[in-house]
Amino acid sequence: MLKQIFKISLMNLRNLPSRFGISSVVVVGIGGVVGVLVAILAMASGFESALASGASSDRVILLRDGSTDEMASSISQEEVALIGTLPGVAALSPELYTVVDVPKMDTGTYANLIARGVGTGAFDVRPEVEIVEGRNFVPGRTEIIAGVKAASEFRGLDVGSEVSLRDSTWQVVGHFEAGGSAYESEIWLDFPAALSAFRRNSATSLRIRLDSPTSFDELSQAIANDPRLQVQVISEPSFIEGQSATLRQVIKSFGYAVAVIMAIGALFAALNTMYTAVSTRTIEIATLRAIGFSSVPIVISVMIEAVILAVLGGVLGALFSYLFFNGFTVATLNPAAFSQVAFDFNVSTEIVYLGMTWAIVIGFFGGLLPAISAAYIPITAALRGE
Amino acid sequence: MAFIELTNVVKNYEKGSEVVHVLQDLNLSLHEGDFLALMGPSGSGKSTLLNLIGGIDQPTAGSVVVDGANLDNMSGSQLAKWRSATIGFVFQFYNLLPFLTAERNVELPLLLTNLRGSQRKENALTALRTVSLEDRAKHKPGELSGGQQQRVAIARAIVADPKVLVCDEPTGDLDRQSAQEILALLETLNEQFGKTIIMVTHDPLAAEHAKTVLHLDKGVLVESEQAEVSA
Repeated sequence: MLKQIFKISLMNLRNLPSRFGISSVVVVGIGGVVGVLVAILAMASGFESALASGASSDRVILLRDGSTDEMASSISQEEVALIGTLPGVAALSPELYTVVDVPKMDTGTYANLIARGVGTGAFDVRPEVEIVEGRNFVPGRTEIIAGVKAASEFRGLDVGSEVSLRDSTWQVVGHFEAGGSAYESEIWLDFPAALSAFRRNSATSLRIRLDSPTSFDELSQAIANDPRLQVQVISEPSFIEGQSATLRQVIKSFGYAVAVIMAIGALFAALNTMYTAVSTRTIEIATLRAIGFSSVPIVISVMIEAVILAVLGGVLGALFSYLFFNGFTVATLNPAAFSQVAFDFNVSTEIVYLGMTWAIVIGFFGGLLPAISAAYIPITAALRGE
Repeated sequence: MAFIELTNVVKNYEKGSEVVHVLQDLNLSLHEGDFLALMGPSGSGKSTLLNLIGGIDQPTAGSVVVDGANLDNMSGSQLAKWRSATIGFVFQFYNLLPFLTAERNVELPLLLTNLRGSQRKENALTALRTVSLEDRAKHKPGELSGGQQQRVAIARAIVADPKVLVCDEPTGDLDRQSAQEILALLETLNEQFGKTIIMVTHDPLAAEHAKTVLHLDKGVLVESEQAEVSA
């Protein structure tokens, strides 16, 4: 039995080039499904990793008790000073998180951009942040630095240019990278200058780098024990997970919905194509059966052929997505932060595996019925080409 | 017992709600080495009878015994195995695989054996030599004439050395010259190699090459010449 399967399959596969036309329809059809699926999931993955790549287990964010995001939080400067004295704090940055309107690079329409006032400890809290062009702002001056993705997505953020935020004019003095994280979609300015410019008197959040990840409990306990502090301590990974959950879910659900619809279409296309491919070989298969080949090896060999064509389609689709989408930068609105976040499509190994799995499933079921049909039709009928 | 023995064979087909009676209580005995030509009008049951003897169809009632094997009791896989060892098929339209060379087509039945690749190749070339087509071993069917393709099909039918050749209109798609060559070849296989041949044909000239000619009409054997037949 195994020998027959091997020999018929080998013969079928050797002769795939002679059935190039019909085989390529299967390959291209399944390739299209996998290509779209991989592209959509790569988008979700890119968004997720843009947000998650800024997360570090030794960093915490402090928000007002009951707040779920920075926009709705407020921490007084007295609280900031108190927290700075607590155990486990290695570096600290009081931050003012606000949203400004800046014209988009491509359309010129105004869109929300996060303007983050940061304390002098911001670079100690986030050592991955690096000035890649120009210089850092000077505390007290109306200077800003822009994340590289913000600079590419919004107008007027070139180094040396001036940008109007609320009622004041700010000079862009530098661009920074932040390890590909969502911070690269923000502009940063001096915290006290930001308080003044935006007429605020308290921070919206406090970012802390712990002296070690194990200090989290110690700091949480110290804050809980001090009645003057009405803040909550959240680890950065947990905070980012919560911030990105909604959009990530939307993108993933959308991606799967599109992929499922396409996969159903592709399954029927594959079925139709495989039926056509097999029906052109009805007499050939009947002849093999008359000679003495059994039905089961014939079913399995047709299935193997279908799955191999599907794998080829999957590889083609994944390769297409990788070549055309991997690293492709787009921006979208993060509903949790109500601001634009730019991210790169990320065609990861896991996504390619998933795409290939879909391809194999489509190929398997697309080939199963035609194979069974070809192998179990009475030989006498098949020899007549019925 | 005869080499091929059909006893009270009935074959019906269901066509929608209608039952078509193709063979009716048919009895037939053939000896090893016979060369039988089956003649009759279209729809008389010739091909059905051939298919029953070849083991690619089974009777509705009655028994078919070929070389001691009772075919009506066999499962599909048992029949497949039996066919590979006992029967060689020759079809009207050759049924060669178009993407395989003549040699590869002839080798097909040997893929079911335990022969090594080199031995299979040697046997395939021997079979092609028997049908005088060794020099066309590397040609694909599309590069051969109709007569040559049918000779390749005959080589494929004999390569595993089966005892029985079942030929369904083997000359039906050929010109007279090619048909004569094929019939001469079948005669040689019958006389020199001892193959038992059952051939369906519409052509009386083709039937003249057989040792026995039987006529079927509406599923009943109506005439017999030479063979031991009762209907």
